[in-house]
Amino acid sequence: MTESTELIRLTALQMAEKLRAGEITSVELTQAHLDRIAAVDGGERGIHAFLHVNPDEALAVAAEVDAIRAAGGAEAEALHPLAGVPVAVKDNIVTVGQPTTAGSRMLEGWMSPYDATVVTKLRRARLPILGKTNLDEFAMGGSTEHSAFGNTRNPWDLDRIPGGSGGGSAAAMASFMAPLALGSDTGGSIRQPGAVTGTVGAKPTYGGVSRYGVIAMASSLDQIGPVARTVQDAAALQELLGGHDAKDSTSLTEPLEGLLTAARQHDVTGLRIGIVSELKGEGYQEGVLERFREAVTILRDAGAEVIEVSCPHLKYALGAYYLIMPSEASSNLAKFDGVRYGNRVVPEEGGTIEQVMGATRAAGFGEEVKRRIILGTYALSAGYYDAYYGSAQKIRTLVQRDFDEAFSKVDVLISPTSPTTAFGLGEKIDDPLAMYLNDVATIPANLAGIPGISVPGGLAEGLPVGVQFLAPARGDAVMYRAAAALEIRLEEAWGTQLWAQAPDLDDTRSTQPAGVGTADRTAGGENR
Amino acid sequence: MTAVTDEVLTFDEAMAEFDPVLGFEVHVELNTKTKMFSSAANAFGDVPNTNVTEVDLGLPGVLPVVNGKAVEYAIKLGLALNCQIAETCGFARKNYFYPDTPKNFQTSQYDDPIAHDGWLDVELEDGTVFRVEIERAHMEEDAGKLTHVGGASGRIQDAAHSLVDYNRAGVPLIEIVTKPIAGVGERAPELARAYVTAVRDIVKNLGISDARMERGNVRCDANVSLMPKGTAAFGTRTETKNVNSTRAVAHAVTYEIQRQAAILKAGGSIVQETRHWHEDTRTTTSGRPKSDADDYRYFPEPDLVPIVTTPEWIEELRAQLPEPPAERRKRLKADWGFSDEEFRDVVNAGVLDEIADTIAAGSTAAAARKWWMGEIARLANVEGKDIPELGVSPADVVEVEALIAEKTINDKIAKQVLGFVAAGEGSPRAIVEARSLAVVSDDGALTTAVQDAIAQNPGVVEKIRGGKLQAIGALIGPVMKATRGQADAGRVREIVMEQLGITE
Repeated sequence: MTESTELIRLTALQMAEKLRAGEITSVELTQAHLDRIAAVDGGERGIHAFLHVNPDEALAVAAEVDAIRAAGGAEAEALHPLAGVPVAVKDNIVTVGQPTTAGSRMLEGWMSPYDATVVTKLRRARLPILGKTNLDEFAMGGSTEHSAFGNTRNPWDLDRIPGGSGGGSAAAMASFMAPLALGSDTGGSIRQPGAVTGTVGAKPTYGGVSRYGVIAMASSLDQIGPVARTVQDAAALQELLGGHDAKDSTSLTEPLEGLLTAARQHDVTGLRIGIVSELKGEGYQEGVLERFREAVTILRDAGAEVIEVSCPHLKYALGAYYLIMPSEASSNLAKFDGVRYGNRVVPEEGGTIEQVMGATRAAGFGEEVKRRIILGTYALSAGYYDAYYGSAQKIRTLVQRDFDEAFSKVDVLISPTSPTTAFGLGEKIDDPLAMYLNDVATIPANLAGIPGISVPGGLAEGLPVGVQFLAPARGDAVMYRAAAALEIRLEEAWGTQLWAQAPDLDDTRSTQPAGVGTADRTAGGENR
Repeated sequence: MTAVTDEVLTFDEAMAEFDPVLGFEVHVELNTKTKMFSSAANAFGDVPNTNVTEVDLGLPGVLPVVNGKAVEYAIKLGLALNCQIAETCGFARKNYFYPDTPKNFQTSQYDDPIAHDGWLDVELEDGTVFRVEIERAHMEEDAGKLTHVGGASGRIQDAAHSLVDYNRAGVPLIEIVTKPIAGVGERAPELARAYVTAVRDIVKNLGISDARMERGNVRCDANVSLMPKGTAAFGTRTETKNVNSTRAVAHAVTYEIQRQAAILKAGGSIVQETRHWHEDTRTTTSGRPKSDADDYRYFPEPDLVPIVTTPEWIEELRAQLPEPPAERRKRLKADWGFSDEEFRDVVNAGVLDEIADTIAAGSTAAAARKWWMGEIARLANVEGKDIPELGVSPADVVEVEALIAEKTINDKIAKQVLGFVAAGEGSPRAIVEARSLAVVSDDGALTTAVQDAIAQNPGVVEKIRGGKLQAIGALIGPVMKATRGQADAGRVREIVMEQLGITE
């Protein structure tokens, strides 16, 4: 390995430490990641995690950090601990100076005139932004195959999906193209990609991180969170992103604190952990359950009290989610009509405003987006509202009560993150219901507004498995503590981090044959 | 414009057979500094699309934040309309596609309005008080303003293109909805005008709106239906949109009653629809069909949290309420000692505040009424302006009164002075100075003028000496003429008598 390939395999906090100690510069570090992106992201068998790469601005910010550090004094002292560590941003988060597409033709070429609050925070802390990562169109999907700009590949097996919707951010972690990234999680879009790429993804308590500037899918479920390779890195990034935002009425007034401290504390003696009866068993791959049981054993051996708890209404959660999410999405996506911004399609013989709006939406949205808009429009219609949206909200309340009850007995809950490991590209693209079932274990946290994190739990048939921890609302610190405790013990058992065992991409790329699901998907290139 | 071919009955014919039922939706634009959900300026008349932020344009990723001042104003209005104030309430999304609505949904209150179940006592012209029940007053945001270019109808369907100004998008509105108003009979048009006037006066008095109907600060949708006399089941209603003056509301109600009566009498049925109001012809034309099946797919706005109103907050706001206009009028009428007719004229002339302010600044009630309803009203009439817009202030009137009291000017000069004030020449005292209008009180000059008058009018002098003292008036005229009207008539009279050596 060359020096720069070693550099990109460090954790974000290790990079930060080396920057502080003056052992490396941010320009070197940022360039190393840009080189890695150039090496593995493009081409027919490239990962295609990025929709846009932002080298000039990233290097300029890196140079600023280096200059401040070189000058020393108060300004250097005041630098954020993560200053100079590069980061990637999911492409449904708006950025000045870089396109924001949300993975949709509708917004192809659109430049936001304002920054999302989380992007403002990255800029203030001086983290070089490497670029924008791929996602299912408007974050609707679990495989990143619904991106209008081509799918992303799983670095563990290039013919498999990297999860979704945040497959781009997770794949960037697993292939060392970025040490940190931002994700959005409406039903598991941060955690499930983390699980199937052997990386870490956390969904904070609802309101813990501002949603301002994040292109909404379902406002009451969307939450922005950190994508990383380690629990500590994720905790550090969530601390940077979190806090009240006057521009987001649903953001918590009190910040969630002590996350990194909690992630550094590995003692679980006396910690009460609940296994959720409804989130294992039928529909879960055997290899996934094996890794899950091992994780439970490790935590019990480390001194945690483990009991089984029941959340009986979780079996209705998926159904409720697939009514509430499309209902809100149908309204949130109404603004994309070609009148004010984005692409506009005018029928050949011209047309009325309704016809232009209709043609624009017909051409601009992909199948999955249309499916959800139609579902949601139907669910909100007069005469159906009570039966669909109304009933779903009642289930939501019951799910919240189930969690309240469970958290009266335990400190955190544990489950597999996803019922299966990464499936093949194209395998479920024509079967939306099978695709939706992937979210069965992650959706309940969104319905209840509670925090959840996925950490690597090992491999099943050579593919990563994720273990999920859930905590009560505002219990993000205890969630990070439990997740870090499992992470360190597994790493001790393996003698290395899981992601360090990922295949070397250069070898993989040259030896693997052309896989399925690549026809008519010319990955890469777009928007570069 | 669409040709009007509707048959109508006369109003009296309609009233002979039907009882009208009314309902009003009045939209009030609040005069908060910023918009309902964004920090953009809430201002009228600026360059299009300049008072906008990313929120008002509905850009991807934006979120609304409720304007606390608008909530305060809504509570105040609710209290002034004798409403219950909800302990908690929220916003909902009203979903429909139209280019004046940047998000393609309007954020409004739906099933939990901030104020509900109130009433407003409306005084008709003869002093009869009619109670209008208020169903609700809720907060919402205004849409942008569309201008359709080309096409005959001025509607979007056949426009060559349309321009949209989002300056108005997101301006805070309160919509006040009445319960159905029955039992008003032939006074329906009068009630319509009185109700909208009362609402306008209340929001103006509260200071929560500029309340200028010609600018659309207060807009009225009038619902009208008819039921055959002696029956109690409401008929099918129409909703005439955007009737934007108090007079037009009365006309619109009148027209709809006449139009619907003709249809019903001929055995037809009323189409439930919106109607467009045409000020020039004082008629309505069919808009779009409106049925209860209009599906706006309302659901709770997930980007906002509920508004909680504590009893302490409500009481604090209640304590800030000014005296209600109706009660104030009652009190002022008694204080001033005006007759019913005098007071109604003052109210109808729109100078209640001016007279009150003039009295507060030291004038008597009679003097204030004399000036505002006399010379100032005449000047306004000549100028074609409303009296308050003439440019004469209560302070000016008080100053004119003072100048008369100190005999610097007389009534006749005072009228000229007011004309100069209206013309923008400055304060009355400054005008008297600048134009040398002070009455001639130099006895020497007056005596000379009187002596000239006596010498030139021997016949008149004869009469006076013969005991006809009222003939002195015939000498005052020439003296006034000689002094260009600047003589004090009382003093002239005294000097005439001195010169002729007579006493009263």
